[in-house]
Amino acid sequence: MILNGVTIDDTFAEAFNMRGTRVIITAQNLKWAYHAANAMTGFATSVIACGVEAAIERELTPVETPDQRPGVSILMFAMGSAVLMKQLETRLGQCVLTCPTAAAFSGIDGDPETVTRIGLGKNLRFFGDGYQISKHLGGKRYWRVPVMDGEFLTEETTGMVRAIGGGNFLVLAESQPQALAACEAAIEAMRKLPNIIMPFPGGVVRSGSKVGSKYKSMIASTNDAFCPTLKGLVKTQLSPEIESVMEIVIDGLTADDISKAMRIGITAACELGAANGIRRISAGNYGGKLGPHLFHLHKIMRGTA
Amino acid sequence: MSALTFRLKDAPQQRIDMSPLTPDRLAGISPADIAGIELQCGKRKLRAAEIFDISGDDAAEIDIINSGGKLDHIGSRMQVGRITLTGNAGDYAGFEMRGGELVIQGNAEAFAAGGMRGGLLHIQGSAGDFLGSAIAGERQGMRGGTVVVTGNAGDRAGDQMRRGLLLIEGNVGNYCGSRMIAGTIGVLGDVGQYAGYAMRRGTLLLQKAPELHATIMDCGLHTLPYLNLMYKSFAGLPTHFSRLQQIRVRRYAGDIANDGKGEILILQ
Repeated sequence: MILNGVTIDDTFAEAFNMRGTRVIITAQNLKWAYHAANAMTGFATSVIACGVEAAIERELTPVETPDQRPGVSILMFAMGSAVLMKQLETRLGQCVLTCPTAAAFSGIDGDPETVTRIGLGKNLRFFGDGYQISKHLGGKRYWRVPVMDGEFLTEETTGMVRAIGGGNFLVLAESQPQALAACEAAIEAMRKLPNIIMPFPGGVVRSGSKVGSKYKSMIASTNDAFCPTLKGLVKTQLSPEIESVMEIVIDGLTADDISKAMRIGITAACELGAANGIRRISAGNYGGKLGPHLFHLHKIMRGTA
Repeated sequence: MSALTFRLKDAPQQRIDMSPLTPDRLAGISPADIAGIELQCGKRKLRAAEIFDISGDDAAEIDIINSGGKLDHIGSRMQVGRITLTGNAGDYAGFEMRGGELVIQGNAEAFAAGGMRGGLLHIQGSAGDFLGSAIAGERQGMRGGTVVVTGNAGDRAGDQMRRGLLLIEGNVGNYCGSRMIAGTIGVLGDVGQYAGYAMRRGTLLLQKAPELHATIMDCGLHTLPYLNLMYKSFAGLPTHFSRLQQIRVRRYAGDIANDGKGEILILQ
């Protein structure tokens, strides 16, 4: 398959089951909502060492938030529910409780059969040292915790759902600036979509990995087959003109969300076309043996995935 | 199907216990059986058909017409459906109500919403004393649900209230929210003396500042965004409370003679 001169490999991205949650952060204005949300989603690029993968999903207008203040929604993903619950509590406590004017609310509600309630402010309330106040409004429990700037307002729980992490595609270009430009275009288009995040810095990752290493202590190491500087040394996946490869990793609440994001991202990257040095789109997988979700690039681009 | 209608024939000499006539208890019962239901009237038991002209067949929607204030326990322990009362209700309207909707197009006497646990009670007139309170011997009053009073309420509104929402658009008497355990009481009109007397937790949201007693402590002026959430939860309720927007309040905490975790918020 060729799109605007860009070859799309007949391969697939391999993704894994995760647990995901959404938290709505509001504040006096967007600036402070972003301060809280950026802190909460900091150091959350990969579950390998961060515990969770998290990022800001989108901005919310006052009409969309529970307390009618500006806010942002955060999506957070982990490999298991216990880790997610722990990380959520820790990050909320250190990044939102501490942030002036910020408040936190549930971002996922719905059918108890598919949505598990997990603690949001449930334990943080004890910071109030007995002065915390519970309010049950509209079928939900909220906590008002007295803090030095006034009150920290938080919902008691948020919803956790089964989600998918690790959807991805690779952009192969003739130069580093060209690969980055294509990825930036893809990210800009994908950020308009709900239910997904691209957790790496700026949404792009340059250090794609393979499973295993020559060093016993390492469970993953550099994806040498896609490293342009090793083309003559290893069994490379790169043709001579490829000088730079970058990856976009997508975590989403459903497979459909990830498929849609991949299609829109790949389309945006390919719009720059071969004329701008974008030569191939590929995907990272482990031979289909590790992750249960396979996102075939051709099916996605044809809209049949 | 039309609403199951009970039209009072004559003003009763004695008080009548209406607790058997709720949508959940009448569901699936034939008209003849409904007519034969015995209601306690003073020391006697009377068949429903002796007291009311009964028509209609939809037990989920009950209309009680011509009520004159001697019908007690209307909607008592009801769980579903809707009861509409034209006229005044006696004591214990919506007593231990668990769900559904009870609309009183008139006044209600004492202990309306006593021990209520769920549903909506709308009193379009005024309520008597002990609205949403615990009856003698009980340790907890209203435990859930929503009460809207368009008119005034008497003394001890929300006494020992444990949870839920009590919204009074008019004035309330003395000891509003006394011994309150938790929950929210809103009052748009004047509030009598000793508001929040011995309250442990909970919120009194008042439009007008009452005269407060010594163990209610002034915590100053504050802007509380949580009030936006509360106002949002009022949306859809048949009350002017849904139009509130002020989040600037003077906060009083108390009663420090009894734990002091309650609050009285005076809208600014």
